Amino acid sequence: MSGRQDQEGLPGPAPTDRQRPTGRRNAQGIRIDPEAEAEHPPRRTVISALVEHEPGVLARVSGLFSRRQFNIESLTVADTQNDDWARITVVVEEPDPGIDQIEKQLEKVVPVIHVRELAEDAVTRELVVVKVDAERPHEVHAITEMYNGKTLDAGPRTITVELTGDEQKIDDAIDAYRQFGIREIARTGQTALARGETKTAVVPDHLK
Amino acid sequence: MTEQGAVPDFGDSERPPENEQSDDAQRQTDDDPDCSADAAEAGADSETKRTGATSVVESLETAGVDTVFGVQGGAIMPVYDALYDSEDIRHVTMAHEQGAAHAADAYGMVTGDPGICMATSGPGATNLVTGIADADMDSEPMVALTGQVPTELVGNDAFQETDTVGVTTPITKSNYFASSPDTVGEDVSTAFALADHGRQGPTVVDLPKDVTQGETDAEPSEPAVPGTVSVQERAPTEDVAAAAETIADADKPVILAGGGVVKGEATDEVRAFATEYDVPVATTMPGIGAFPEDHDLAMEMAGMHGTGYANMAVSLTDCLVAIGTRFDDRLTGGVDSFAPDAEVVHVDIDPAEISKNIEADHPLVGDAGTVVEQLADAMPAAPDTEDWVAQCQEWKVEYPLDYAVPSDQSDDGSTPSRPPEDEPVKPQYVVETVDAATDDDTIVTTGVGQHQMWACQYWTYTEPRTWVSSHGLGAMGYGVPSAIGARVAADDDQSVVCFDGDGSFMMTCQELVVAVREQMDITVFVLNNEAIGMVRQWQDAFFEGRRMASEYPWVPKFDKLAEAFGADGFRIEDYDDVPDTVEAALAVDGPAVVDVYIDPTEEVYPMVPSGGDNGQFALSRDHL
Repeated sequence: MSGRQDQEGLPGPAPTDRQRPTGRRNAQGIRIDPEAEAEHPPRRTVISALVEHEPGVLARVSGLFSRRQFNIESLTVADTQNDDWARITVVVEEPDPGIDQIEKQLEKVVPVIHVRELAEDAVTRELVVVKVDAERPHEVHAITEMYNGKTLDAGPRTITVELTGDEQKIDDAIDAYRQFGIREIARTGQTALARGETKTAVVPDHLK
Repeated sequence: MTEQGAVPDFGDSERPPENEQSDDAQRQTDDDPDCSADAAEAGADSETKRTGATSVVESLETAGVDTVFGVQGGAIMPVYDALYDSEDIRHVTMAHEQGAAHAADAYGMVTGDPGICMATSGPGATNLVTGIADADMDSEPMVALTGQVPTELVGNDAFQETDTVGVTTPITKSNYFASSPDTVGEDVSTAFALADHGRQGPTVVDLPKDVTQGETDAEPSEPAVPGTVSVQERAPTEDVAAAAETIADADKPVILAGGGVVKGEATDEVRAFATEYDVPVATTMPGIGAFPEDHDLAMEMAGMHGTGYANMAVSLTDCLVAIGTRFDDRLTGGVDSFAPDAEVVHVDIDPAEISKNIEADHPLVGDAGTVVEQLADAMPAAPDTEDWVAQCQEWKVEYPLDYAVPSDQSDDGSTPSRPPEDEPVKPQYVVETVDAATDDDTIVTTGVGQHQMWACQYWTYTEPRTWVSSHGLGAMGYGVPSAIGARVAADDDQSVVCFDGDGSFMMTCQELVVAVREQMDITVFVLNNEAIGMVRQWQDAFFEGRRMASEYPWVPKFDKLAEAFGADGFRIEDYDDVPDTVEAALAVDGPAVVDVYIDPTEEVYPMVPSGGDNGQFALSRDHL
């Protein structure tokens, strides 16, 4: 305890009288090098997680995405070759630090066995079911043929078709159907595996 | 000492009537023959029938649990019934489930082992939530056991049904819904192991009543984490070498010791490194105790209400060695101006903390003590820090923590040995007086607010695990229950004091009854300014003094309230009451509450406004 007598605040040089650092960081906590500014624009990528097939695992993963404000485009989940495992495939749009965080935070979810961002050459597929007006059935059929689709249901008023492909193809096909009047669309979101010999998930031996 | 401060004797007819129904209290404090007969009967019952609940209790015993903090209720009754037979486990009956969770959290903080709390379904479980969230934010090891309605009623909106697993998923490391009497014991063991593994944290096991009542032959299992979970203890050698080179080349290195240094038991390694290489050490708030604050190299706490010298050092360093910290916004201020000249070496056991908020130039994932030792071994040379250390010492002189003492009324100009009467008591003086009157290993717990910051700033912490607070969650009401948890965890000869505010105290003061029932030696100092003071300070600084809902037109006489609970009550109104009353309160062998009327105009400085630049900390409101 010293003998300060006033109520004016603590002693010491005011903020304006202090030595200041010269550097800066950006909003992501990255030091900004004046010569090479480190800004990361968001990019779209596919993250694949192999998880233990147990109740609530989807809720854990989807809850993680919402509460950490990760931007997801789609999320699919289903069984794998092993009854004890399920595979979750997520399409995200985030800057690099965000993608890194998604992988690490997913890795911390206890039932998650392995997480990886898939390479650009990964094999990805999506299925879409489109219901259009049936006024021009021959033209609808032609578009469906063009995209290697399949007619699932054709009635006097509506035609429902199924298409599979990568995201770009599905987007293009949907654009093509717009001329007929689209009534409803259901998309599955992308699912994917790593190409060739590359493993989509690496399972530690003790879990095999 | 007040007349009503006598120790209540629960064994005789003086026993408060409401306690007569408490089997638990009766069992622990009584040799009443009727009660013993009940016990024998219950014991015989449970020998013939091993249930899921038996398995739960045996799993706790196998894990080495000695204390459970909890509150009874319908759906958890089978587990309590099994606990009746446990000779290894002491149950501390709390007044409210939030108190149970905070007590378990503080127990975990002081011992380093998971604290256990228990509550029934529905409101019991939801009342635990604040404490579980607190443990999650502060990486405290904790297991919460919650009752649940029978499985067949789950999903039906049954009486006292809450989706506890759903509610607690975002605030736990993981949680489990027990599905069978045969596996419930394993669920508890797994939850215990997981809470203690790697970066510690809370786990929950939800226990449907049919699962705990169902019969089983299952034997308890040793705690083991799930196979999907692993932790890296050592950082890769080449990464360590590169980080060591950066530190050796630095002119102005600073170690920032976080809570992970304390929880990772790495204080010796950090101290050895800092002293060998002459590197100043700042801490985060949970990092208090990681490095002795009376050491020359100690810069003490950095961040919003950190010391000026810590914030100058962290602001201007060219190499920040951050150990076991998650770079909370209260520490960093705005990230754009946080240690902007520094290459960051970040040691953390949780890979997800690396580059989450502040990019790590040298990420070193691993156990704090192990990695700091690796670093020490890899140092190619000592950094030349002579000028830098001298600069840090200068800042200590330039920016002292200080507070006004009453003006000297005497004519001769001499400093009075004791401040004169009728001056409002400065809270900082109370903290310093209690610090001076107690041993170094005294455990300090707090609520949240101004009093908490004064307890950070004006107490000199020298030992790890002596600072117990609600850091990340900032849960007002943490003080009294955490003092109870700390008391159970502490050595018998260790003192436990709690600094609380009047606002925080009012949130959980009912837990005083627990300290009285169990005759726990804790001393609570309520730094009473008849306001939710930190909010008022912000209103005055940032809301044009519009003091909405922050000032209390009336607060209870806390000394009298303490006496009503059966604790000893004291009051300090004047400066010259402070030393004697502090001494008298500390001398009470049992719970005591000191209602300290502090100067209501006193504010907390230094202060870095939210999102501000640490180096531009304000020393008074004029600087904001």
